[in-house]
Amino acid sequence: MTAFGKLVRTTAFRLTLVYLFLFGLFAASLLGYFAWNTRRLITEQITSTVNAETGEISDIYGRRGLRGLVFTIENRALRPGANLYLVTTPTGQAVAGNVGSLAPGVMGSSGWQETEYRRLDDQDNADHRALVRVTELTSGFRLLIGRDLEERRRLFGIVAQAAQWSVLIVVVLGLGGGIFVARRVLRRIDAMTGTTQRIMAGDLSGRLPVGRSGDELDRLAENLNAMLERIEALMIGLKEVSDNIAHDLKTPLTRLRNRAEEALAKSGNETEYRSALERTIEESDGLIRTFNALLMIARAESGQARDNMDDFEAADVAHGIHELYEPLAEDGGMVLQVKTALAPLHGNRELISQALANLVENAIKYGRPTAAAQPLGADAAASSREILIEARRDGDKVLLSVSDHGPGIPEADRGHAVERFVRLEASRTLPGSGLGLSLASAVATLHGGDLTLGDANPGLRATLALPARAATSDRVAAQTQDVPQKVA
Amino acid sequence: MHDDAGRAMVTEGTLQVTATDPNMRLLIIEDDRESADYLVKAFREVGYVADLASDGEEGLALADSGDYDVLVIDRMLPKRDGLSLIGTLRDKGNRTPALILSALGQVDDRIKGLRAGGDDYLPKPYSFAELLARVEVLSRRHGGPAEETTYRVGDLELDRLSHRVARGKDELTLQPREFRLLEYLMKHAGQVVTRTMLLENVWDYHFDPQTNVIDVHISRLRSKIDKGFERPLLHTIRGAGYMIRDGIR
Repeated sequence: MTAFGKLVRTTAFRLTLVYLFLFGLFAASLLGYFAWNTRRLITEQITSTVNAETGEISDIYGRRGLRGLVFTIENRALRPGANLYLVTTPTGQAVAGNVGSLAPGVMGSSGWQETEYRRLDDQDNADHRALVRVTELTSGFRLLIGRDLEERRRLFGIVAQAAQWSVLIVVVLGLGGGIFVARRVLRRIDAMTGTTQRIMAGDLSGRLPVGRSGDELDRLAENLNAMLERIEALMIGLKEVSDNIAHDLKTPLTRLRNRAEEALAKSGNETEYRSALERTIEESDGLIRTFNALLMIARAESGQARDNMDDFEAADVAHGIHELYEPLAEDGGMVLQVKTALAPLHGNRELISQALANLVENAIKYGRPTAAAQPLGADAAASSREILIEARRDGDKVLLSVSDHGPGIPEADRGHAVERFVRLEASRTLPGSGLGLSLASAVATLHGGDLTLGDANPGLRATLALPARAATSDRVAAQTQDVPQKVA
Repeated sequence: MHDDAGRAMVTEGTLQVTATDPNMRLLIIEDDRESADYLVKAFREVGYVADLASDGEEGLALADSGDYDVLVIDRMLPKRDGLSLIGTLRDKGNRTPALILSALGQVDDRIKGLRAGGDDYLPKPYSFAELLARVEVLSRRHGGPAEETTYRVGDLELDRLSHRVARGKDELTLQPREFRLLEYLMKHAGQVVTRTMLLENVWDYHFDPQTNVIDVHISRLRSKIDKGFERPLLHTIRGAGYMIRDGIR
């Protein structure tokens, strides 16, 4: 497509054409109305002057006879800018007046007529047009009084010319403006198209240019950029997952394969085969678990789990998880405690429970006090084995936290610890997939909250901060407030 | 209860997985040839009658005409998918318990499956022991005693109304959750109950804990009901789960 073709195809240009047409029509009809009205006004003026004069002269003729009539006419005809006058005898002989020649038959019929004429004193020998009234006087004499129409024609000409010019100016300005606007829009759209093509070609880091005017194109570009941002984040996430799957699932798969191979190669008895098979099943169960956890995280991150959201109490979740894990903690030599206050939530209960369960499992696994941090005295030792699940409301947030008194995570590692498959050096020897915190974090993100790792002095405090559910009355109030805002 | 029907065997203090009801008739609707053959063979080995349908239409026709105790239905089938198959059966008034097998294992997929009229949902990949345990619990032959107010296994007695538990002459004190755990086990006395089944039915969680959290609860319960008694009632079934029953013959 040529550049011009592209230009005339733009919405801006087409809109310009439509407006141009409408404005031209408007200007033309305005001027047309003006011209027509002016013409009518002038005609009316001529008619009333001629009528008055006809009355006056008929009157003079009645009172002073033919002599008075001729005298008056000759008198008036000599004035500068005079009207047209002609008096003829019943046989058609001109008696007085300033008209040299007339179109034939004009004097024969009475009433209003438009006619060609020549003045007696005319030098140019050209015909002029006039509006005349012919009246028959009592004795068969005929009187013509009229007015030249040159004035009316000139005025009409001026208006017509003005109309032509104004339409021309409208067209030129409109077309110019249209092309200017269309080119401007086209340039910006072209820039956007170029960027999107680069992005489609694979450069996901590209962003659309955003101007400073804040107009609709800028807003569109901003929104598209936000969308690209999200897509890029998702793509990076996806890539990370696939990289991690490649690495962290291949390792156990290789192990699995090696063991099977080894068992096959060794000529063992049935017990050995059996135990090799059992280990294989165990290993594949672990793989399935890892895989499920990965899928779950991916789902939570992509926001697919947004169905299945309902209202519930964070305190109930905390108690449920406490109840489930309390015996396990005790077996591990820890004390699991729970402390709750009312904290209403709206979300996916199953996922939030699982996130909290992961935090508790981590605390049981890694929250054992280290020898160095072990305080002296039996009481202190007991409290350092405590793991505390807490649920409370803090402003518009619900905080679900799990604190232990173990070695904690150094501040520098905390951000890193949440990533998928990351297992900090200290925990590598213990079993686990390295997905627990990632899942908890993904669940928090899904609900519009976050997971923070803090210091429990000593130990780790992992906190899920989720947006609290507004109380029913609050919510109604919020909704009624929303309505006028939406309208505005 | 079903003591005489079962053929559980003792090996070194734990029980092997075996069928508790040799007359059970199953219909397996699965399009993947290999997994279908594996399931039919495995179910026949434990002593069940297992028929096979390899697409949705055939499955519907068989399920509608045959007298089956449990249907095992793959969710994605040629010609007619598993959920619509169950929906059609239910519309016709056929209430045969149906277990859905699916590669979609998330909580919402599960809910969708149960809403469509399925009675249980098992994500792939699954272990046969898990499937067997669930199929046995689903079978309508075991629907009868579920609504009794008192469960008895040997000299262990659980009163569901007064929440009283006694073994012989000894009154036992159980925590509320221990009571529900025992209640579920006794409701399915003589049947294998897996860890996930316990987590789903007693705790109402559908996720998969990374730790042996259920085992710890079981060992606590066991110390209350079996400790100090000559005959243990709560048995660990290797590679599958747990079973409560009296007497090993």
